[in-house]
Amino acid sequence: MATTYDVRLGPEGAALEAKNVSVFYGDKQAIDTVSLAVPKKQVVALIGPSGCGKSTLLRCFNRMNDLVKGARVEGDVEFRGQNLYDPNIDPVEVRRRIGMVFQKPNPFPKSIYDNVAFGPRINRFEGNLDDLVETSLRQAALWDEVNDRLGESAYALSGGQQQRLCIARTLAVKPELVLMDEPASALDPIATQRIEELIYELKEEYTIVIVTHNMQQAARISDYTAFLYMGKLIEYGPTDTIFTNPREERTEAYVTGRFG
Amino acid sequence: MSPDGAPRRHFHDELDMLQEKLLEMASLVEHALAEATAALLDGDPSKGETIRLGDERVDELEIEIDERVIELLALQQPMAKDLRQIIATNKVSNDLERMADHAVNIARAVTRLHDVPPIPKMREFEDMIEITRGMVSDALAAYVSRNAGTARMVCMTDDRVDDLKRTIFRILVTLMLEDEKRIAAALELLLISQNLERIADLATNISEDVVFLVEGRSIKHGTRLGEFEDYNS
Repeated sequence: MATTYDVRLGPEGAALEAKNVSVFYGDKQAIDTVSLAVPKKQVVALIGPSGCGKSTLLRCFNRMNDLVKGARVEGDVEFRGQNLYDPNIDPVEVRRRIGMVFQKPNPFPKSIYDNVAFGPRINRFEGNLDDLVETSLRQAALWDEVNDRLGESAYALSGGQQQRLCIARTLAVKPELVLMDEPASALDPIATQRIEELIYELKEEYTIVIVTHNMQQAARISDYTAFLYMGKLIEYGPTDTIFTNPREERTEAYVTGRFG
Repeated sequence: MSPDGAPRRHFHDELDMLQEKLLEMASLVEHALAEATAALLDGDPSKGETIRLGDERVDELEIEIDERVIELLALQQPMAKDLRQIIATNKVSNDLERMADHAVNIARAVTRLHDVPPIPKMREFEDMIEITRGMVSDALAAYVSRNAGTARMVCMTDDRVDDLKRTIFRILVTLMLEDEKRIAAALELLLISQNLERIADLATNISEDVVFLVEGRSIKHGTRLGEFEDYNS
C-alpha cells in the first residue's frame, strides 16, 4: 500500500525524521513502517480515525512508548543526527528536548510560578528564574491573566488556563520540539480557539506535532497534515492540499466524512 | 504575542488580507473604466494597451482570491458575518473581473471607431458613462463601508442606465437608416452601450451582495427592494 508523500523540506531541514517506524503492543502491530519528516518551525497535524495509531506515533517521538508495558518500537527516529532509540540515548534527556502537552491539563499541585519553574530547577537552570517564568508564561499567552497571582495554586485556574500553564511549563525547559496530544479536546470552544491561536504563534520559534481527532482543528492550525489509517501513513502533504484536494481516495473519504 | 488578543486573530488577519486583494482589484477596475470611457469621450484610442495590461493583473487577482476563498472555507470554517464576507468577496471578485473585461471591450471598440467614418457625438453617452461610473464607485464604496443604504440606491439607479441604453439604441438605428456610411461606427457604439449596461448590472450585483453581507439576506431579482424605506441610513 503506497503512501502519497508531498512534503519537501525547506532550507531549515527536518526537526525530526521517522524512518520505517513500526510499533507493536505485544502481538498487535499499531504502526506499520511509517516514514515522515517534520519540517522545522512548522506545525504538523496527525489525523485519522480512532485507533489509527496517531497517538502511538506521536509517543514514539519522545520515547513515551518506553513507559508502556509490552510496547516495542522498530525503525529509527532521527533527531539532531541521532537515532532516539540508540541504546546510548538517555530517554529523560530526550523528553527535555522534546516536550509534550497532554489531552487533560495536568498541572502539579503547586503554585503557578512553581509549575513553570519546576523543569528549569530540575535541570539546574542558572539564569534569572523570574525572567524565565515570565517569558514562558508570555509565550503561552497566559502572563497577563496570572501575573498578579503567581503564588496561587495552579488548580485555581480554569481548564483552558491550566492547559496554557502546561504549555508554559513545557516551553520553560526550552524544548526543540513540542508534541501535543489532543491539547484542546477537554476545553470549551473559546479556550480551544486560544490554544489554536497560541499554537500558530509558537511556530515562530518551535516545531510542533499535534494529534487531534478534530479534523477542523488540524485544518485551521497546521502547515502539514499526515493522515493515518490502520497504522499506516496514507497521505502526508500540505494541509491545504489534504483538505481541498487530497490525492488519496481514503483521505478524501475521511476528510469529507464518508468514513471514520 | 497577544495574550489579550481575540481567539481567532490570525484568521481575521487572513480575512483582512483577502479584503486588501479585493480592494486592489476594485481600484484597478475603476481606473480601467475611467480610461476606457475617457478614451471614448475624447476620441483617443491610445489608452487601449494600458487597459489591457491592467486587465491581466485583474485576472491574476481573481485567481488568487478564488484560491484563498477555497482555502479559508475549507480550513477555517468561517461562521456568520465572516462566512458571508468570504462568499461576498468571491462574488464581488467575479463581478469585478467581468467589469474589467467590459472595459477592455470598450477600449477595443474605441480603437476600431477611430478607423471608420465618424458620427455626431451623442450626449446620451456622456450621461450613461457618468451614471455607470457613479454606480460602480458607489457600489464599491458601499462594499467598503458596509453601507446597505447606498447599495440599495445603486440597485435603483440601474433602471436609468437601461433606459439610456434603449434610447441610444433607437438613435443609432435611426442614424444607420439615414446613412449607411454610419453603420460601422453605429455598430461599435451599440457594442459600447451594451458593455456599459452590463457594467451597471454588475455594479448592481455587487450592491446586492453588500446588502447580503450586511443584513444576511438576499434582495436579488427585486425580491426585497420594496423594503428600502426601512433602511435609510
